[in-house]
This record gives sequence, structure tokens and C-alpha cells, in this order.
Amino acid sequence: MQAAEHDAVFTSAEEQEKWLADAMALVQHHAFYMHRALDANNIRDVLKFSAQMLSELRTSKLSPQKYYELYMRTFDELRQLEVFFREEGKRGRLNADIYELVQHAGNILPRLYLLCTVGSVYIKSKEAPAKDVLKDLVEMSRGVQHPIRGLFLRSYLSQISRDKLPDIGSPYEGEGGSVMDAVEFVLQNFTEMNKLWVRMQHQGLVRDKEKREKERSELRDLVGKNLHVLSQLEGVDLEMYREVVLPRVLEQVVNCKDELAQYYLMDCIIQVFPDDFHLQTLETLLGACPQLQPTVDIKTVMSQLMERLSKYVAASPDVLQEFLQVEAFSKFSHSVVEVIDAQPDMPLVGAVSLHVSLLTFVLRVHADRLDYIDQVLGACVKKLEGKGKVKDSKATKQLVALLSAPLEKYKDVVVVLKLSNYARVMEHLDYETNKVMTVVLIQSILSNSTMISAPDKVDALFELLKELIQDSEGQPLSDTVDEEDFQEEQNLVARLVHMLVNDDPEQMFLILTTARKHFVQGGPRRLQYTLPPLIFTALKLVHSLQAQDLPEEGEGSGSVSLKKVFQFLHQMVEALAMVPAAELSLRLYLQCAEAAGDCGLEPVAYEFFTQAFVLYEEEVSDSKAQVTALQLIIGTLQRTRVFGVENRDTLTHKATGYSAKLLKKPDQCRAVYICSHLFWVEDGGTIDGERVLLCLKRALRIAHAAQQMSSATRGTSGPMTLFVEILNKYLYYFEKGNPQVTSSVIQGLLELIVTDMQSEATTHDLEVDAFLASTVRYIQFQKQKGDSIAEQYASIEVQ
Amino acid sequence: MCCPEVPPPEMLTLRSRGSARKGELRRGTHADDDDGFGMSGRPKPSNFPSRTTTRGREKNFLVGAFGPPCKVGIEFSDAETRKQASVKKENGQVVMVPLFLGQDSVAGEVRIEPLPGKKVEHLGVKIELLGQIELYFDRGSFYDFTSLVRELDVPGEILECKTYPFEFSTVEMQYESYNGVNVRLRYVLKVTISRSYATNIVEYRDFWVHNYSPQPEINNSIKMEVGIEDCLHIEFEYSKSKYHLKDVIVGKIYFLLVRIKIKHMELEVRRRESTGSGPNTYNESETLAKYEIMDGAPVRGESIPIRLFLSPYDLTPTYRNINNKFSVKYYLNLVLVDEEDRRYFKQQEITMYRLE
Repeated sequence: MQAAEHDAVFTSAEEQEKWLADAMALVQHHAFYMHRALDANNIRDVLKFSAQMLSELRTSKLSPQKYYELYMRTFDELRQLEVFFREEGKRGRLNADIYELVQHAGNILPRLYLLCTVGSVYIKSKEAPAKDVLKDLVEMSRGVQHPIRGLFLRSYLSQISRDKLPDIGSPYEGEGGSVMDAVEFVLQNFTEMNKLWVRMQHQGLVRDKEKREKERSELRDLVGKNLHVLSQLEGVDLEMYREVVLPRVLEQVVNCKDELAQYYLMDCIIQVFPDDFHLQTLETLLGACPQLQPTVDIKTVMSQLMERLSKYVAASPDVLQEFLQVEAFSKFSHSVVEVIDAQPDMPLVGAVSLHVSLLTFVLRVHADRLDYIDQVLGACVKKLEGKGKVKDSKATKQLVALLSAPLEKYKDVVVVLKLSNYARVMEHLDYETNKVMTVVLIQSILSNSTMISAPDKVDALFELLKELIQDSEGQPLSDTVDEEDFQEEQNLVARLVHMLVNDDPEQMFLILTTARKHFVQGGPRRLQYTLPPLIFTALKLVHSLQAQDLPEEGEGSGSVSLKKVFQFLHQMVEALAMVPAAELSLRLYLQCAEAAGDCGLEPVAYEFFTQAFVLYEEEVSDSKAQVTALQLIIGTLQRTRVFGVENRDTLTHKATGYSAKLLKKPDQCRAVYICSHLFWVEDGGTIDGERVLLCLKRALRIAHAAQQMSSATRGTSGPMTLFVEILNKYLYYFEKGNPQVTSSVIQGLLELIVTDMQSEATTHDLEVDAFLASTVRYIQFQKQKGDSIAEQYASIEVQ
Repeated sequence: MCCPEVPPPEMLTLRSRGSARKGELRRGTHADDDDGFGMSGRPKPSNFPSRTTTRGREKNFLVGAFGPPCKVGIEFSDAETRKQASVKKENGQVVMVPLFLGQDSVAGEVRIEPLPGKKVEHLGVKIELLGQIELYFDRGSFYDFTSLVRELDVPGEILECKTYPFEFSTVEMQYESYNGVNVRLRYVLKVTISRSYATNIVEYRDFWVHNYSPQPEINNSIKMEVGIEDCLHIEFEYSKSKYHLKDVIVGKIYFLLVRIKIKHMELEVRRRESTGSGPNTYNESETLAKYEIMDGAPVRGESIPIRLFLSPYDLTPTYRNINNKFSVKYYLNLVLVDEEDRRYFKQQEITMYRLE
């Protein structure tokens, strides 16, 4: 039963090989007799054997590929036959007679192959107008309705007629017909071939469908060749293409209702015809797109068209005018909408990638038209409306591509920020992707060093980066987030802050407020990353304001003043303190205090210090942190000279008080001797030698206490480090000319140290020895200098 | 439906499915009994009842049993220039015979040449022009529909070679010569030398007659829509209903509905020879041309062209009721074969004529 099945019994490769071999052998056999008849000029036998040979092409057993091999074999033989027919014509036989004679063949397939072969000679002889012969051939070929056989027959017809079309400039033009006839002929052959090709899918068993479609795909170039022929016709100018060729081809494409064919042919049209034709007939071509089958991969087709046209512009920029003239963009965008509407089953990824293509087109062709870009994004948003976050990963990918394209093109986020729909598209990204996208955005800013200098742009930008700087729905639980990733992201945001630059302080201040507005919504975890850079930027603003020497009090509410900036700073640090991030905020308070001090704003500076102290008291509990914090406070306080006596006393008193209350004795000791600096501020600050000495003495006392504690608990007194350190402080003040610090005091201390170092109870430490040794060396050096300092040092004895 | 086309019994199922009732979809005006759209279940081209004709007949015009005393020759006067027709004899041999037209004069001379040393005594010599119809099934009996006689000689003796000119001027030979399966129509010249006691000496000379017809004034196209309900509907059109012998049949088949898998389609030219009359009518059909016009399965809306050159085939004009003895009719049979080798066909009579 199966073997007897008439059609398309495509079995295993082996069988195919065998059948092909059999058929080839028979072709060879008949061809042999045909050649003999050719040599004998016996036209009857020639026709008889050639028809027998061609009968081998009537097989239904071969797969398209094998059939093609067989076809090529007979094709070669037919060339010889053609030569023979030409000779016959020269011998005086009328071509018209041969043309009739071959039609006596009883089987249609051999008959039509012979007819085409004779027809080719007939046209060449010009005994009949080419158009008539062509018309007859293409019409008679209708008799072969079997898809594969018909396709190959018509392919043969197309092959032999290619150089015989009455095209403009061809020898067959004129009496042989006009280019219109040529076009008509090719179009008809194309239409019929396509119909046959489409029909191929319905042949044979359902279970072989997939295989068959693959085989069918292999034959597509037979059909497409016709379009190529059309494109090669000299006479097909724009006019003809627009009025005849394109509408007819599209009609067939649309009507065939076959996915494979529609996709291939659309692609073919786009590839074979010239760019300017496409440009001028854009509407027609695009008009066909929504009419295609819903399953056709139309986005690729349209992308290719857009790609082609954008390359066209790139190659010859002067055609841009034409693009504008034909409103290429609006046609494309219109068509995109239509196509998506026409294909309700199109996956989201398709719709989005269509927009990506369109956007790419705009970016290439109309780079200056931001409104177009925004329009594309807007259209995409419209498609996404009501769909919420996009879940499909492919679609997401396309969305990212859509969003990245303008960034890559302009390398300037500011341009992107002008696109009102950009953020709306971003909203549809799922959390993770959105974050990825924001990172891309920031990196683009950073790598291109894009300065953002307008408050509204900043606003827009942070709106875009929402996912990064705020909590949002869809965000994973915080404990599942990798801390490192989180840090990295937030650091990016922090880096971004430095790209916000405006020379106008007022604008800059606005920018900062805008940024803060966004940052404060980010929650405590983010604040500690995002606020510090903002604070430093604000401090930078303070510096520039200071440099501009603006009045302290702002005139009018709009203008920015130092005071306002400090208020702003204060709020931010306060916010940070609430996080809580005590140490960080403490430092920032101090930074602010110093800045305020530099600006001469005593109350402000005082307030900052107060806050710092409060933080110290309430939040800093770790002893090490306390030490560091205290050192920072002392250092800052020392440098801040804005305070009046009263405030200053309060603050220094506090500082020294805290120093003495540190837990560990060495810490206490060190803090206290550092405090001494608070009373010795040169260049117009407080200079109070007595209190300096007081501090130092107190430090000494604590050092003693520490040593005693150590010997009480461990049996040995600890190293003499503290003493050496204090000695150094003494030396410092000595040199600075503190009258309270005399050489005898130093001498005493030095001796004390040396004695203690030699005592057995003291632990020896190489480092301390070295420290002492170098201190001693210093003293000796100073003594030998021979200037005023040496005189001072003269009284100090060193062994 | 015509009797030979009845499908064989095993195709009953098909018949019921196909509901091939004749004329069901008929749109044309042909009320011929053959216009049903029939089917048959066998791929073999002929499924008409085989009624083999006995053909073992002897030549019954042997020249004298004892050997005639003379040679008789009949020569046409314009033998050199006259056209000849090739005629296939029963043994398959092709011979050339002179060709006459219906109103031609038949002239020539009879030459009687006694064998050396013999003389021919006779009661008279005459020549006859006979038009005969021979029906094979009727034991080879002849019916003379034309018989003309010319006396050539009065009774006497022929001692030496003697020639007699003869002429039948503008003879009415209204029928064409025909060699069929069951019937033959022939024209013959018969020379008889009557003798009193010996058998007559008889000599025959065949010739062939063609009659040209004028171009028919009315020559309508044949156009008809036929089909099998919900299965196959086609519309076919042949440009003419009357064709001359070297004509070309041009037409097209338009597929209105195709629900069966058609493998191919062919056009047959068939000849039906009816002999006898009444209950003794014998029909003999033969397919003269089998011409594939479509390969593969068409879909709805396809239109398939037909172009069939008739010249390669051995056709005669249509003969209608020749002398009440026989008819020869021609039919175009459109046959569609599906993948199960079922045949769907539609037969249409066409009129053949001989054009000058």
C-alpha cells in the first residue's frame, strides 16, 4: 500500500538513493538513443526518445533534493536538444512546425519540457513574437499541478526564458513585445510557482509534515528566483515597480496565506529590489505586513527592511531628504502598530523587538529627532499597558535592548532624560532587570563622564533609578540580597552623585535638594551609602559659595545661602544619624562643623559639634571607636577657630573631660596629651601654655598609673611607650616656645625614662628602645644645629 | 447513461457515494444520452462489453479457378496526377489507392490482354462502379448502394490486346470510403467478361472516396458544468463542437470544487461505430487518442488549458446513419483519475468533418 501510494512517499535515504540511481540510469539509456537520433537527424526518433527520457521526471518517489539531481541531469540533455532544434530551423524546418510537433506527445510533463525547449529556440529565431511564445508556455504549464514537478518545470521555463524576455534594450523588444509583457510573464510564472510551492505542504502524510516543510524550504529559491529576474529587468523602473510589480507580488504573498512563503518572499522582496524602490513604495510594502499570517515572523522582516534603509542612508546621506519626504518614520511606526494589532497572538517579545528595530532605525536615520525616539518608546509603553511587569525573559531582554539603544547611541544620559517615555518603559521591567538597567545607565554616565547639571534632569534621572535608590515591590527580601552586590550598587549611586554638577550655586542647591528628596526614600540601608557623597557635594558647594563671597543671609527665599546649605547638611547628617550610623555621622558632623567654622558661622559650627558630642555620648560605645572619635573631635576642634572663648571653653572642656573618661589608661593618657593641642593653637588661636602643661602633667600621671596597674596585675610594668610619647609632646611644645615647658622639665622626664628603662621591672621592647633612641638622637641633632633652637636645647643633657 | 459505460458491479459503493446521476449538474443543452458524468472503477481504458467480431473471412473475389485466359487491367486516366489515400488493410498492410471526391468523374481504360495463344470468347464486357457496404457480422454480405454500368463490348472474341476507355462522369458518391471494425464501405470498379459456359472473368479495382464538407455555419462551443455532489465540480469548455480532421481542440477545465485527490486528467478521443439497426445494433468503441492534460492535483480555482492537435490521429468525419446501415460518431472523453485509480469521466460528442 505504501509503496503504491502515489504521492510523496519519502522513505529512507537508501531507498531514495536507489530510486535516483535507477532513474538516472534510465535517463542515460534514453539519452543514448536520443543522441543517436540527433546524429541521424531523425526528428521523430529524437522526439520519441527525448520524451521517454523526460518521462523519468514524472516520478513521485524522489525527495525534492533527489528530484533536483535528476532534473539537472535531464537539463543537460535538453541543452543538446535545443541545439538540435536550432539546427533543424537552419535546415529549413519551420519552428512553428516543431512547436506543434512536440505537442503530439501524450504525456504532459515531457510534452511541456519539450515545448519550453522548442519555445526557447522559437523565440530566438524571432519567427514569432517572444511575448506570444512566452505567454503560451506559461499558460500551458498550468497543466502540471503536481507541486514538485510543476515547480521544476516552471523553473526550467524561467531558466530558458531569462535571456529572452522582451526587456528594454533586449533584441526581443519591439515586435517581440514590451517590457510589460516580460513583467507579466515573470509575474505569472512567479504566482503559479508560489501556489505550487505553498501546496507542497499538503502533499503526503500528516506525520511527515515537519520533514516536508524542511524539504519545502529547500525549494524556496526556485520561487524566489523569479523576483530576482524581475529585479534584473532594465525596464522595471520605479514607476513600473510601484504600479505593477510590487502590488502583484504582494497580492500573491498575502493571498497564499502560508507562513513559510510569506516570510521568505517578504524577505526576498526586501533583498532583491533596490533601496530607493523600497523607500518610494514603503507604504505599499508595509501595508502588506499586517495582512500576513499571524504566525509569520514579521518582526524580522520589518527589521530587515529598516536595517536596509538605514544602511542606505548611511551609504548616501543625501537621500535623507527623501526619507523625510516620504515620511519613512511615521510609516514605519504606523505599520508597527498595525502589525501588532493584526497579530494578537504575537508574543510580547515580538512586539517589543519590533519597537527595538524601529528605534534602531530612528537612531540611525534620524538621530537628531528625539521626538521620534520618544514616540517609539511611547508606542511600546502603550503596548505594555496593563501588562504590569514583564515576566518573559526574552521580552525583557528586548526591553533592555530598547532602553540601551539610545544610551549607546548618544552616550549621554541627558539626552535620554529628555525622553518622557523612557521611565515608563522601565517601569515594566521586573525588579532584577530594572536594576541591571539602572546600573547600565549609571555606568554609561560614569564612563562617559556625563555631567548632569539641571535639577529637572536630576529629578528625571533618579526617577529612572528608582529601583536602585528606593525599596519597591518585587524586591527580594533584604536577607537574600547579596551584601556585596548591594554595596556595589549603592556605591555606583554614590559615584553618580559626583556627576551632578552645576556652576550656579542656586541650581546646584536645587540639584542637591532633589537628590536628597529621592535618597531619603531609600531607607536606612541605602542612606549610609548615598548620603555621604551628597554631603560632600554640598560641602563643595559651601566652598564655592564661600569663594564667591555671598552674603550670609540669603536675599529672598529663592536664592541659596550658606545658612540654607548648612541647614540642608544638618538635616542630612541627622537623617544619617538616625540610621543609625553613629561613627559615620559623627565624622560628617565634624566635617560640617569645620566647614561652618571656615565660613565663620560660629553658632552653626557649635551646633554641629554639639551633635557630634551627643552622638559620642549616646551612640559610640566601643572603646576603640571612642578613641578614634575623640581623636577626630579633638583634631577638628583644634582646627576650628571660629569659636568665642565661652563656646570654645565648653567644647574643649567637654573634649578633655571625655578624654579622661576613656576606659583604658593608655587611651586616656594619649587622649589627654592630645587635648593639650586644644590649648595651643597658633596663628591667632588660643595659646595657653599653662593648660598645655597641665594636660601633659596629667598625661604623665595617667602613664604612671598605667604602669603601676600593670605591675600590680602582671608583675611587670608595661613598656615605657607612653612616657616617650609624652616626652615627644614636651619637646614639641618646648620648641614652640611654651614658656611653661622648660628644659629642666624635659631633662627630668628624660632621666626618669632612662632610669625606668634600665630597671628590671620594666618590660623591654625593642620598638620602645628604638623610639627612645631616635628621640634622643633628635635632641642631639637639634643641639648641634647651631641656631636658636640649639641654644634652647643646650641645657638638656643627653648621655 | 449509455450502456457501455455502466460501472462494474464492484464499484457500487462508489456509485452511491458519488451519486453520479446524469445531468444532475448539467447546465449545457446537450441532451445526448452520453452526458452523464460517470465513473468507472478500473484504470483500464475500455470497460465496454467486449463483443469480439469474427474476422476470419476469405477473399471471395478470386480470379477464375482454372486460370483466366487473359489479363485484365483497369487504369485510371489521371493515375499520374491523382492523389492517393493510404489505406490500412486488414492484415495491417498499408496500401495506396487513388482518391476521388464525391462529384469526380471516374474515367480510365480497361485493358484486356489475352495470354499468348489464347483467345477470349465472351458474351459481352461491362464495367461497373459499385458502392458497397459490407457488414462483417452479417456473413460478409454486401449491399450495393450505388451501381453504375457501362457496356464496353458486344459479344465476340478478343484475340489480341484490346483497350476500352470508360468514363463515369460526375458520379454521385455521397458516402466516404470507410474501413471500420464491423463495417466497410468501399467503392470499386468491377470489370466483367461474361462467358457462356466458362465462369465469368471478373476484375476489381478499389478506389477511395472522400467528401469535403464546408465550414459549418454554426459551431458552438461545448461548455458545461458537471460534478459529483460535494466531491468534485468542474466546468469544461471546448471552443467548438465541430472539428475538421486536422483541427486543434482548444479548451479549458475549470475546477470549482475539489475534494478528491486527483492524480491526473486526460482527454480521450473515442470513436463509436454502430452497425445494424433496431435490436441488432452493434456498437464498437475504440479510443483513438489518449492525451494527458493535467498532472497532479489541482485546487479550487485552477484552470487547466487544453490543446490537442488532431492531425496525428487516424480520424474520419462523423458518419450518421449511412444508408441505414451504420454510423460512426466521435466523442471527447474527459477522464479524471484519482489516487485510488478511480476514474471520473464525462463524454461529449463532437462532430468531425473533412475540410477541403
